[in-house]
Amino acid sequence: MTEPDIFGPPDRLGMVVAGSLTEGVEVRLDGGASIEDVKVGTFVTLQGDRARFFGVVTDVSLRATDQALASMPPDVSDPYIASVVSGTAAYGVIKVEPMLIQDIEGAMPAKTVPSHFATVSPASEEDIALVFGAEDERNFWIGSPLDMETKLCLNIQSLVERSNGVFGKSGTGKTFLTRLLLIGILQSNSAVNLVFDMHGEYGWEGTAEKGRKVKGLKQLFSSKVAVFSLDEESSKRRGLTPDYVVRIGFNEVEPEDIEILSGILDLSSVAADAAYSLERHYGRRKWLGEFLNLEGRESLFDLADAISVNGNALARLHNRLSRLKRFDFMDEKGHSSVDRILEYLDRGMHVVLEFGRYGSNLAAYILVANLLTRRIYARYMERKERASGDPSSEPRPLVITIEEAHKYLTSDIASHTIFGTIAREMRKYNVTLMLVDQRPGDIDEEVMSQLGTRITCLLDSEKDVTSVLAGASGGRKLRSVLSRLESKQQALVFGHAVPMPVVIETRTYGTPESYRELGWKDAADLKSQMEQDAADLFGPG
Amino acid sequence: MTELDRTIDAPVGEVVEASTTELVTQCHELYESPPLGALIKTGGEDTVYGVVAEVATRSLDPSRRPVAMGAGESDVEAIYSRNPQLGRLLSTEFRSVVVGHLADGRLNRYVAPLPPKIHDMVYPCDEGETREFSGSLHFLPLLLSAQVGSPDDVAAAFLRGVSRSHVESRAFLVGAGKELASLLGGDIHRLNGILRRLAHD
Repeated sequence: MTEPDIFGPPDRLGMVVAGSLTEGVEVRLDGGASIEDVKVGTFVTLQGDRARFFGVVTDVSLRATDQALASMPPDVSDPYIASVVSGTAAYGVIKVEPMLIQDIEGAMPAKTVPSHFATVSPASEEDIALVFGAEDERNFWIGSPLDMETKLCLNIQSLVERSNGVFGKSGTGKTFLTRLLLIGILQSNSAVNLVFDMHGEYGWEGTAEKGRKVKGLKQLFSSKVAVFSLDEESSKRRGLTPDYVVRIGFNEVEPEDIEILSGILDLSSVAADAAYSLERHYGRRKWLGEFLNLEGRESLFDLADAISVNGNALARLHNRLSRLKRFDFMDEKGHSSVDRILEYLDRGMHVVLEFGRYGSNLAAYILVANLLTRRIYARYMERKERASGDPSSEPRPLVITIEEAHKYLTSDIASHTIFGTIAREMRKYNVTLMLVDQRPGDIDEEVMSQLGTRITCLLDSEKDVTSVLAGASGGRKLRSVLSRLESKQQALVFGHAVPMPVVIETRTYGTPESYRELGWKDAADLKSQMEQDAADLFGPG
Repeated sequence: MTELDRTIDAPVGEVVEASTTELVTQCHELYESPPLGALIKTGGEDTVYGVVAEVATRSLDPSRRPVAMGAGESDVEAIYSRNPQLGRLLSTEFRSVVVGHLADGRLNRYVAPLPPKIHDMVYPCDEGETREFSGSLHFLPLLLSAQVGSPDDVAAAFLRGVSRSHVESRAFLVGAGKELASLLGGDIHRLNGILRRLAHD
């Protein structure tokens, strides 16, 4: 005779006892399930009468059936009494936000809640695969759900369709996540990447904790990635010969490029606007070179009178823009950096632009990123319009990765910048952004609201959390999930590329095993592959 | 054939009072009552199950109270061997709470529609039967609400005894404790009392 089963099935967490769609459902934990095993952010399934729901645990709380329990607790020093009382007279309640409902057509956003007493269980591997898709060309394995080994995938096609954001305070693993996303995009062939790599983390070797080196994209996929450099010396010091050294001519700088720098260069709006007057005065492509060649306060004030702008403002503009002369990558000649980048992108190569020593100079970063992006975007627009709906002649979808966006996508200037335009227009011209940032709270609200997929590691400033969650369904409830992420290798993913918000443990990156899983072949692998190929071709021996 | 259908040889006594909720059994032998909390059955094919809830030994004639007769005796056994008539003058009775019955071969863990007959033989249940009966504890409310001296002691004694018939007796007791906790959730003092009795097993 079998032992009687009075504890319920082992994998069951509990049952739905109350709740609403707006507030989420309350699930009373079964006696056998310990509240300490249920974490905020855990992915659960709710089996209703007719439908199956998928949800995320957003809160856990302790309750007692009798108020006297709090004042006269049972004798829990006895292990028997402790194990009986926990989960019964004193029990746990978890709050679950139903996110998806599964019907015959697949998983859809939940517009209702499971009925009373619906059984709640932790999601199984099949559930994860059902909801997030199995790993294949379009679905990139980004990590695994909390406390599970299952591969959780992100739909790369959906990811690149809109602009995205990777957020998290420094040291939480943004760079690792971004590297993985870039690889995902690269492997899926759904878009090409252009990375403005501020700190030299993506192209060649990056650094992990304790100074450990991790491979960059070029090392893993050398035939598909080109590293451009703004600072050839620094690249060479790191053992890399860049595919192209980017140079920018003063004649390529436009007043819009100065406007985006106004915050960094501490320019008043009058001073920034003076750049437009200068352009009108000297003519396009010539204004900056001519302006910077002016010397002496008097000549500046004469010019100010001539173009009717405030003399002091113009002098300040001159003073600030003179800093550009110190950038070795800038000179008075014309260059074809944009053409070279486009050439590579058109061949399906992914371009990483390393800033070398200019990485720590925000003005240089913004100037170059903005200038190149604006021109590349203009070309994309032109080509897309020329293609007029013929998909074969359309330019390849392009994802531009930029860092420290909170310093130049602030609400006062975002609308004037090319990045603001790209974020707003979504994929109209086949160009989307990937923002990598630690202070999303300072990024323009409108830009944030246009982000399709947000991947966020731990954030602790109230403002940043609010900004990241703005507009997300169940945003208020995800707040507790977000603020309780671990400080490393954990992220909350929500938006366009995933059917429902989910907390992931980021996939490992940086070990030989992880490189191999990403398709990299080391010398030994290559040798054995060659031997195999030779054997296939010429027969053994 | 389940273990419940097995014939038990020796009855412990006969039903002398019966209602749908309670039975009083007079034991055939003085002091030969099953202990508090034991599972018993009676009623032949229409088997009714009960849990021993009170045991008493008293004079058969309520108007004649036993008197002390051990003066000069060394122990109680000596009194009984010198006075064999005591076996006829005294009787042991036990009261049991009805907790289930068989209907068309099916075990129901709630009171029977009709009580057993007076003089129906009462048998103790063996370990297998006890284990099968306690496979579900849905009858616990019947024990907890029984109109007997100390229903909590009965429930605790029953669960303690039954746990010994389960291989995983500790797990059984935890499960049973949780069942009690959900029944007595609003009365934490009473719950604590029963759990303390179970904890000291």
